[in-house]
Amino acid sequence: MTEDWIIVRFGEITVKGRNRTRFEELMLARVKEALASFQSLTYDKAYGRLYIRLNGESFEKVADRLKDVFGIVSFSPAIRTENELAKIREAALAVMRAVDPPPRTFKVSVKRAYKGFPHDSREMNHLVGAHVLRNTPNLKVDVHQPEVELKVEIREEGTFVHCRTVPAAGGFPLGMNGKAMLLLSGGIDSPVAGWMMMRKGLELEAVHFHSYPYTSEQSKEKVVALAQRLAYYGGRMKLHVVPFTELQTRLARTGYEHLMVTLMRRAMLRIAERLAEKSGALALVTGESLGQVASQTLASINVIGRAATLPILRPLVAMDKLDIIRMAERIGTYETSILPYEDCCTLFVPKSPATNPNLRIVERAERRLGEDMERLIQEAVAGTETIEVTETERSDALRAGEERWF
Amino acid sequence: MQTLYFDHSASTPPHEQVIRTMAEVMAAHYANPGSLHRAGGEALKLVERARASVAEWLGAKPQEVVFTSGGTESNNLAIKGIVGSVGRKRKHIVTSAVEHASVYQCVRQLEEAGVAVTVVPVDRDGRVSPEQVRAAVRDDTVLVSIMHVNNETGAIQPIREIGEALADCPHVRFHVDGVQAIAKIPVAWKDWGVDLYTGSAHKFRGPKGVGFLLVREGVRLAPLNAGGGQEHGMRSGTPNVPGIVAAAQALRLAMEGAEERRARWRALRRRILEGVREIPELVYNGSEREELQAPHIVNLSYPGMRPEVLVHTLEKNGILVSTQSACSSRSLQPSRVLKAMGFDDARAAGSIRISMGDEHDETAVELLLERLKQAVAELKPLAKTR
Repeated sequence: MTEDWIIVRFGEITVKGRNRTRFEELMLARVKEALASFQSLTYDKAYGRLYIRLNGESFEKVADRLKDVFGIVSFSPAIRTENELAKIREAALAVMRAVDPPPRTFKVSVKRAYKGFPHDSREMNHLVGAHVLRNTPNLKVDVHQPEVELKVEIREEGTFVHCRTVPAAGGFPLGMNGKAMLLLSGGIDSPVAGWMMMRKGLELEAVHFHSYPYTSEQSKEKVVALAQRLAYYGGRMKLHVVPFTELQTRLARTGYEHLMVTLMRRAMLRIAERLAEKSGALALVTGESLGQVASQTLASINVIGRAATLPILRPLVAMDKLDIIRMAERIGTYETSILPYEDCCTLFVPKSPATNPNLRIVERAERRLGEDMERLIQEAVAGTETIEVTETERSDALRAGEERWF
Repeated sequence: MQTLYFDHSASTPPHEQVIRTMAEVMAAHYANPGSLHRAGGEALKLVERARASVAEWLGAKPQEVVFTSGGTESNNLAIKGIVGSVGRKRKHIVTSAVEHASVYQCVRQLEEAGVAVTVVPVDRDGRVSPEQVRAAVRDDTVLVSIMHVNNETGAIQPIREIGEALADCPHVRFHVDGVQAIAKIPVAWKDWGVDLYTGSAHKFRGPKGVGFLLVREGVRLAPLNAGGGQEHGMRSGTPNVPGIVAAAQALRLAMEGAEERRARWRALRRRILEGVREIPELVYNGSEREELQAPHIVNLSYPGMRPEVLVHTLEKNGILVSTQSACSSRSLQPSRVLKAMGFDDARAAGSIRISMGDEHDETAVELLLERLKQAVAELKPLAKTR
């Protein structure tokens, strides 16, 4: 008898009554997607949770992937048995014997959800605990601070015995809360913002502003790499690369040097919004954090944000930079984000950008551009290149070795 | 006897690597680039990669490259595309007297359909004057079409100056047939104010049946064929994936080291002219100013001799050249181009074209001169005296 099953516990979706079936199906689909490379796995859906049978696949490898699937609160490797006392006892002993190094203290917690089972929880605690104690030398019971808590869950579909609970990402399954457009710069913040919103069940497409030749091909490659990392969490992701050079150089020539960043970011929001409309996204996501830089003072956030009519989600708004960095490290985007290639946000940036831009002056500067502004925005949208990425692949890449044809 | 191929302006031997690439792509990527499945996507990626590469080598944006079936289609697409995109009835085209048949006949066809045409003359060097081109432009002019390098004589037209002269005519589109120019002389079409530029792959060691038209962003063209709307709607038809990839590779191979090749051809061309001067029966048709001539083409006449006789005699001696251009060489008419340059019928009807490629060196040129001398000696008794 070995721990051939994983109990997967869903998080917040269990609180939602009405669309529960849809959520559970979405959750199952996301788990299957994430674990697609483990071909032997079989799945068994139950009320509020999911059972995965390993069928010989490595628990550690599956666990490593599973911990990053949004919507899962925790999971446990378990032995599944029929609802028979003898078999449950045997399973309990097997689970305890698999613990390495062997524990000195333990306790048993039985949960009898299936009331048709003849023994109640208290009886079962004794029946299982005594069996384990009898067969394990040097093991004692400690109900307050046990080294191992042996859990026995008796449910209609069978009994599950386990002693380890691995925490997972939590949140909602991806796609449950609709779609949004992430402004992905290449810095540390925006990928974290993306991850946080994806965790809340938001499907994301990313938009990146590329000012070639002022910004290099490498800076674009860097953003593709970040999108690919986010696609690890999201399965796949569309990355829209917007040619921003002409609009940006036009803005740089307006004569409002200190407002450059404000004007630029307003233009970005407008373009992102058009792309969002095209792909049915209902919000914009940015990595803005209050007070971090000149464009992220409350006054700037106000003036910039007014350029968009879609809601702007700013999950990092109240976070400290150090916490954002820690999070970036944890989700695996930090190393890429700190690569030195310049992105377009650092171009034409004045020495002292406005921290308190005046909305009327900003609007006047934009009016001066007249039809140019609209034309350049339209051209930028029309010239946008969309790359579809997964964790390992990208739609604009050639097959290995085919570069020799060019 | 070793055969020497001196007819590169007619077509070039494809690069070995290009032949391999074409075969490999043909075998591996047979899917239609318009198909939604993965195989289609991969074929599309190759076409787009090729487009980006062509764009980069020729100073264009990828979206400005339209792949076609070759120079003739590109020229027709440019000319008829512009004429067709203008709604009003009265339209006027300016072109030159020395254009390739695919421009000249295309314009003729439009003339029959009611489009007004002005054909500007050329001087003794075979060049148009930018002032005359500008003077020919009218209010209803929609297009000026002037070739870059003449396919018979190698004369280089003053494209930059024409572009400058047309700068104050925003209603006029400027098309340049660059088939003989690409990879032979520098091409800065955009800087020169050119709106449409034609290229053909088999002139730079790529496959036949592939060409492109560079279309400046913002220029609208009426497509020649109705269909699936490929190539940004400008050229319907399933893209020739292997040909396009091979063409892009051929262009890169031709552009890498183009300068060094150009210098080599220039030196060889000087030697050919020197050798020809020693054969009194032959006259050179072209400018004495080297910078006005493409480095790889020499046009000669044997007045009083039917050129196909000279071509066949040379062939017997292992030298392959063309009379006039390969396209019109079967017509036996005096060359329209040479007549436009002011030469009489005897000289215009007796011309041959020698055009060089990568494989030629001093030895090959010495052999060419030697056999040319020999052929002329053989034919001399048969020549009509002037």
